[in-house]
Amino acid sequence: MSPMLTVSASPHVHTGRTVSTCMWHVIIALLPALACSIYFFGVGALIVTVTALLGCMATEYVVNRWMFGNPDATLANGSAILTGLLLAFNLPSNLPVWIVLIGCVVAIGIGKMAFGGLGCNIWNPALVGRVFLLISFPVQMTSWPVPLENAWNYTDATTGATTLGMLKLGEIQATDVNLANQAIGYMGGSLGEVAAIALLIGFIYLLCVKVITWHIPVAVLGTVALFTLCLGDNVAVELLSGGLILGACFMATDYVTSPMSHRGMIVFGVLIGVITIVIRKWGAYPEGVSFAILLANSVVPLIDRYIKPRRFGERSKK
Amino acid sequence: MKKLASTLPNMILSLGVITIIASALLAWANSVTAEPIAEAAKQTRVDAIKDVLPAFDNDPLAKAVELNVTGDGNAPFIVYPAYEGDKFVGAAVEGYTLNGFSGEVKVMYGFDAAGVVHGYQVLSHAETPGLGAKMNEWFRMEEGNRSVIDKDPAQVNMTVAKDGGAIDAITAATISSRAFLSALRDCYQAFMTYKNDHSNE
Amino acid sequence: MNKLRIIYNGLVVENPTFVLLLGMCPTLGTTGSAMNGMSMGLATMGVLICSNIVISAIKSLVPDKVRIPAFIVVIATFVTLLQMMMQAYLPELNASLGLFIPLIVVNCIVLGRAEAFASRHSVVDSAFDGIGIGLGFTVALTLLGAVREILGTGCVFGLQVYPETYGSLVFVLAPGAFIALGFLVALFNYIRNRS
Repeated sequence: MSPMLTVSASPHVHTGRTVSTCMWHVIIALLPALACSIYFFGVGALIVTVTALLGCMATEYVVNRWMFGNPDATLANGSAILTGLLLAFNLPSNLPVWIVLIGCVVAIGIGKMAFGGLGCNIWNPALVGRVFLLISFPVQMTSWPVPLENAWNYTDATTGATTLGMLKLGEIQATDVNLANQAIGYMGGSLGEVAAIALLIGFIYLLCVKVITWHIPVAVLGTVALFTLCLGDNVAVELLSGGLILGACFMATDYVTSPMSHRGMIVFGVLIGVITIVIRKWGAYPEGVSFAILLANSVVPLIDRYIKPRRFGERSKK
Repeated sequence: MKKLASTLPNMILSLGVITIIASALLAWANSVTAEPIAEAAKQTRVDAIKDVLPAFDNDPLAKAVELNVTGDGNAPFIVYPAYEGDKFVGAAVEGYTLNGFSGEVKVMYGFDAAGVVHGYQVLSHAETPGLGAKMNEWFRMEEGNRSVIDKDPAQVNMTVAKDGGAIDAITAATISSRAFLSALRDCYQAFMTYKNDHSNE
Repeated sequence: MNKLRIIYNGLVVENPTFVLLLGMCPTLGTTGSAMNGMSMGLATMGVLICSNIVISAIKSLVPDKVRIPAFIVVIATFVTLLQMMMQAYLPELNASLGLFIPLIVVNCIVLGRAEAFASRHSVVDSAFDGIGIGLGFTVALTLLGAVREILGTGCVFGLQVYPETYGSLVFVLAPGAFIALGFLVALFNYIRNRS
C-alpha cells in the first residue's frame, strides 16, 4: 500500500525523527566520554562496556521474544544499547563480568520490561540497574580503580576512593582537589562519569541536534551550584565530582522518565539538584545523583499533572 | 442463641467480662514466664561473657562494676571480672559507641589478666549488611592485619591502617571499623581502670 | 461446609498475601530468611486459630456496637501470651522477629478473619478457617523468605546452595522484599489464571 493512502490521526507532519534516531544521537554524544574512559581505565572499561551492551540487548531480546511473544524484537530502536551504555558508564571499570550481567538483567528486566517495555517505565532503567548493584554488591561497587596506572589490569587493579568519598571521610579537603584533573577525568570513579569535558561536548551535541532541551541539565547544575554556594562549600568541586554531569545531561533527560513541559522540567531539575546535595552533605552515601534522579522520576507523573503546558488558544484566567 | 442487643448495660457487661478474663489470663502467664524470661536474658549475657573470656568459675554478673569512660554517651560501661578460684583471669567489658555508620554499636570485649584481647562479640548494631555488619566476623579473621584477637592494646595501635594504626579496616566500611576500634579502646581503658582500682585485692 | 474447602480457600483462593495482599508489614519486614518467614507465619497462624475459635464462641455474647474492641482485646491477649512464651522459651527467635510479634495485633488478616468469618460461622469452621488462612500466610512468607534468602545470601534455611559472595544484598534489605513480592504475586496469578 502506498504511504499516500495511509489514514491516521494527527499529527500529520512528521519531522522524520523516530525513537531510534534519538537513541542513536544520544549514543553518539556519549562516545567522547567513552573514549576518555578507555584512555583512563583501559581494558577494564572496554570489557565492562561490551558486557553491558551485550547483556542488555540479550535481556531485551529474550523478554520480548519469549515473554511478550513479540517476534519483531525492539532491539533495532537502540534503546537497549543506550541503556547498556549508560549502565556501563555508572559502573567501576574493574567490576566482574557476572555482576555487570546481573545489572543488565535488572535494568532491562525489572527496570523496563516489567512495566511493559520502552515508554512505560517509571524509572530510568540504567539507574535502576546501577542502584540495585550498589545496594547488592557495596564492596565491588565502591572500590574504583586508580586511573591510568591500571590500563591493562582488569580485576586485580589497585583501587582507591572517589573524590567525594574522600571528602566525606575527611581524608582530603576541598582545597586539595586538582580541578584540572577533575575536568578531564583523571580521578577515581565510575567509568563514564569522570570525564566532565567530554560529557559536556556530548551535551552540546545533543543540544545542537535538538534531541534534548537545556532545561533539565541547567536546572540540575544551577541548583547544585547555588545550594553549594549557600552552604559555603567549593562549587567547582561539587559540580565536577561524581556522576553529576553524566546524570544531569544524559540520565535525567531520558524522555520517558522526565516531565513533558519545560516548566515541569525545571521543577524536576531543581528537585534532583536539591536531593543530590542533601544526600552528599548529610546522607550515608558520598554520592547521591542516582538516588536523586530515581526519586525525582517517581514524582514525574505528579509534576505532569500539575504543570501542564498551555493548550493552543487557551487564555490564562484573569 | 440470640445475639445480645447493643444496650449500654449489655455493652459494659460484655466488654467488662472480656477484659477481666483477658487480664486474668495475662497475669497468670506473666507470673509463669517472668522467671524464665529473666533467666533467658541473663543466660545470653553469661554466654557472651563465656565466649569472650578464658575459662573461669565465678559468677561474673555478681561482681559487675559500672564505669563511666566516654563523654559522648550517658550509659556507663560494665566490667564483668572473672576468677578461676582466687586467680583473676580477666574481665569482659560491655561497652558501646555512638559513632557507628548507623548509630549505636554495642560490643563486649574480653581481656585476659594481662590486658590482651581474648575475644569479642558485637551485641547489637544497625550497620549496613554486607559492609559494617561484617564486624562480628572481620576482626577475628586471620588474613592480613584484620584480627584484634590476642593483641595487646597497650602495644598494638588499635586504629585503622588509614589513620596510622595497625588494624585493617573492613573493605568499604571505614566508619564502622573506626567505631568498632574506638569502642575497643574505650573498653580497654575501662578494663585498665578496673584493674588499677582492684590491683591490691 | 466442607472443611477441606475452607482450608483450600485460605491457602489458594483467598491467599492472604498473594491474593488479598493483607498483612504486608510482617510480610515485607520479617522475610529476610526462610526460617524467619516461617516462624512469623506460624506465630500468626497460632494467634489466628485461637482468636477465631474464641471469637466464634463468644460472638452471640458480644453486642454489635462493641464487637471491634472486643475482638481486638481477644487478639491482643493471645499475641501478648505468645510474646511472653517466646521471650521465655525461644529468646533467639524473639530477638530476630523483634517488634513484629506485638505487631500481629494490628495485622489486618487476624482482625479481618474475625470480622469476616469467625463472627458468622461455627467454632469448628472458624478453627479450620484459621488453619487455612494461617497456612496460606505461612506458605507465602516461607516462600518469600526462601526466595530472598537464596538470592541474597545463597542459602535456604541456612543451607548454603552457592557461595555467599555471589548473593545480591538488596534481597536481604527492604527494597528486595518489594521486588521479590511483586514477582511472586505475578507468578501466583499467572499460575492461577492458567489453571
